[in-house]
Amino acid sequence: MGLEPKTDSVVTAAAEDDAERLRLLQRGDDAASEQFVRDQMARALAVAGRILGNEADAHEAVQEGFLSFFRSLAEFRGDAALSTWLHRIVVNAALMKRRAMRRRPETSIESLLPRFLDDGHRADPLPAWPEKTEDLVARREVRQLVRKKIDELPENYRNVILLRDIEQIDTAETARLLGETPGAIKTRLHRARQALRTLLETESHLWTDR
Amino acid sequence: MDRPLTCKEFIEFLDDYLSGTQAREARAEFERHLKLCPPCVDYLKSYQATVRLASSLCGEGDGGKVPAAVPEDLVQAILAARKKL
Repeated sequence: MGLEPKTDSVVTAAAEDDAERLRLLQRGDDAASEQFVRDQMARALAVAGRILGNEADAHEAVQEGFLSFFRSLAEFRGDAALSTWLHRIVVNAALMKRRAMRRRPETSIESLLPRFLDDGHRADPLPAWPEKTEDLVARREVRQLVRKKIDELPENYRNVILLRDIEQIDTAETARLLGETPGAIKTRLHRARQALRTLLETESHLWTDR
Repeated sequence: MDRPLTCKEFIEFLDDYLSGTQAREARAEFERHLKLCPPCVDYLKSYQATVRLASSLCGEGDGGKVPAAVPEDLVQAILAARKKL
């Protein structure tokens, strides 16, 4: 595969580095493999940790993810960056591990969605939220609360918020990872966000500065 | 649409409104509802805040902590297992 002369850009250089790295990895180069593992480890652990919630399970999922990556190198066609492809594999490994874990009794999603009267008006009043959520985002205890409330969502809804809103994976890829249609993912995400909003509202005492 | 949008319909299709994928007429209906319904304005803001709060976790590590160092035992376990593939 020849490389045509291109303009000197960061994107082009990164793509060329990736192509060379892929060539070495597919050839089974030990040094390149080790370097790739070291370079990607922190991000892989962070992703798995966000999905699984604890270090030990994250380590296992990351190990399985890297091995899946190496096993499937021969089929990889370079249609994504190597780091992106690994990210997808690690997400998948973490989701599979989570599915295999014992499930706790779940809150019904319906109980977390807004209720309406027959005429379409809201059945329950809504308390006001603070105006400046940017200030909330900056507070560590608020982010920890958000994480805790996401963990309280039913599994299917938790996963879609994790993948779409936190991991920033697009709808099509999320649908593929979860074995659903894009339309189902879109609907589920909207319901998950509504439910999360309800859960956060129960902790509204945190919205006021102390 | 011959009758005004209800709050239930507003919330049901809120995601389409925020993503900008609605047809112009549907979007106009949503805008009209927002002018007439302060609770739905509040709901819209709180929904957007919820999405921002969830997205703020992007890039964080386990429990909000980014791993400080690469765990060497894990690296070695992966490299050893790779040799057996």
